[in-house]
Amino acid sequence: MCVSLIQPPIHQSHRHTKRLSRTVFALIIINKAGGLIYNRTFHEGGLNKISTNELLVLAGTFHGVHAITARLNPIPTPGANRNSASSAGTMMRPEPPSGLEVLESENFRLQCFTTLTGIKFLLFTDTTQTNVDLTMRRVYEMYTDYVMKNPFYQLEMPVRCDMFDRKLLSYIREINNR
Amino acid sequence: MSQPRPPNAPSASGNPSAPPQKEPSSSHTTGLRYPSNGKTIYHRHLSRSKTAELSQASFAYLFSEMVTYAQRRVTGIQDLEKRLNTQGHPLGLKLLDLLLIREPPRSQSRPLNIITLLHFIKINLWQHLFGRQADRLEKSSDPDAPDEYMIIDNEPLVNAYVSVPKEMSQLNCAAFVAGIIEGVCDGAVFPARVTAHSVGSKEEGEMWPGKTVFLVKFQPEVLEREALIGGKG
Repeated sequence: MCVSLIQPPIHQSHRHTKRLSRTVFALIIINKAGGLIYNRTFHEGGLNKISTNELLVLAGTFHGVHAITARLNPIPTPGANRNSASSAGTMMRPEPPSGLEVLESENFRLQCFTTLTGIKFLLFTDTTQTNVDLTMRRVYEMYTDYVMKNPFYQLEMPVRCDMFDRKLLSYIREINNR
Repeated sequence: MSQPRPPNAPSASGNPSAPPQKEPSSSHTTGLRYPSNGKTIYHRHLSRSKTAELSQASFAYLFSEMVTYAQRRVTGIQDLEKRLNTQGHPLGLKLLDLLLIREPPRSQSRPLNIITLLHFIKINLWQHLFGRQADRLEKSSDPDAPDEYMIIDNEPLVNAYVSVPKEMSQLNCAAFVAGIIEGVCDGAVFPARVTAHSVGSKEEGEMWPGKTVFLVKFQPEVLEREALIGGKG
């Protein structure tokens, strides 16, 4: 469903995509209720432009899909690794299923990172982009610095912080120009 | 009452000379905890913490809460700045004493003229609070305002993570630092009004978007006295 909403333009020549490789297209932040709280496009032309309304729908839909994928993941049966658990002397709790993490299409890659508080960061990149984990981590750091430490930000509300915008833009520009 | 005790257990009546910190510290006997060597914060020397560092993140969260607190039932931006200023004022009064006593005995006298005072703020106070000096010190070029001086900080530490929303664009949270400066001036008997103003442009490519000017406006009697002593102190 997500894929159909932001279908990227089909590039005429493959060489063209090669030249544009290593690009971060866009960032979306979704709060824990599934509301869109931040979106920014860094590179024009990578993805189709969509309206704010569609973006809100996209955020809500992704939230739902993510919840479903988290449930689809079968939890390993307790007792599968009982031996190691009993030797440690404590009950080992399996990692909770994290749900959808990466979505790849022919022309873009969507990486999702869920924080411990349930906020989702979606990073749309080129399929050949490397070190997306690192980029994501840095974006999350910036979020914790310039959004969470801002006295004027209200939790769960749309992010409107100049400082966050400025730092994010200069960081992504640095990556895209590399 | 008459329960048997092990011989080496501390009792309330016996051995009054034993220091309190030797008692086994358990949370239900006393709320106070003493460090094992008996040195509390009051035993430390005043001049000790020259190289001590604090976490900027914890300060950022604390300052964020201070701004939120000051914002409660506030009538306007001026009122909010006034409250932040009031929060900083007592810090300035105390820091003046603390920083002077940390000076070597030769230069321990308090600043006696405006320039010495402003240099003290730019160098000693800034070094103590932010780990660096203020970026610039200027006198107002306006001939009608000979009582105005400016301390310029390109990147105030308190604003490191603060983005002021557009509808409050006149607000600068460094009003708190302005309050500290005002406290120092008042403590040194140079009564002044200090305000913080943002001067960095919001355009892209601006090197110091958070540049802040602390405008120090001295009371007329300060300038009168300054003229009498000829600025020599």
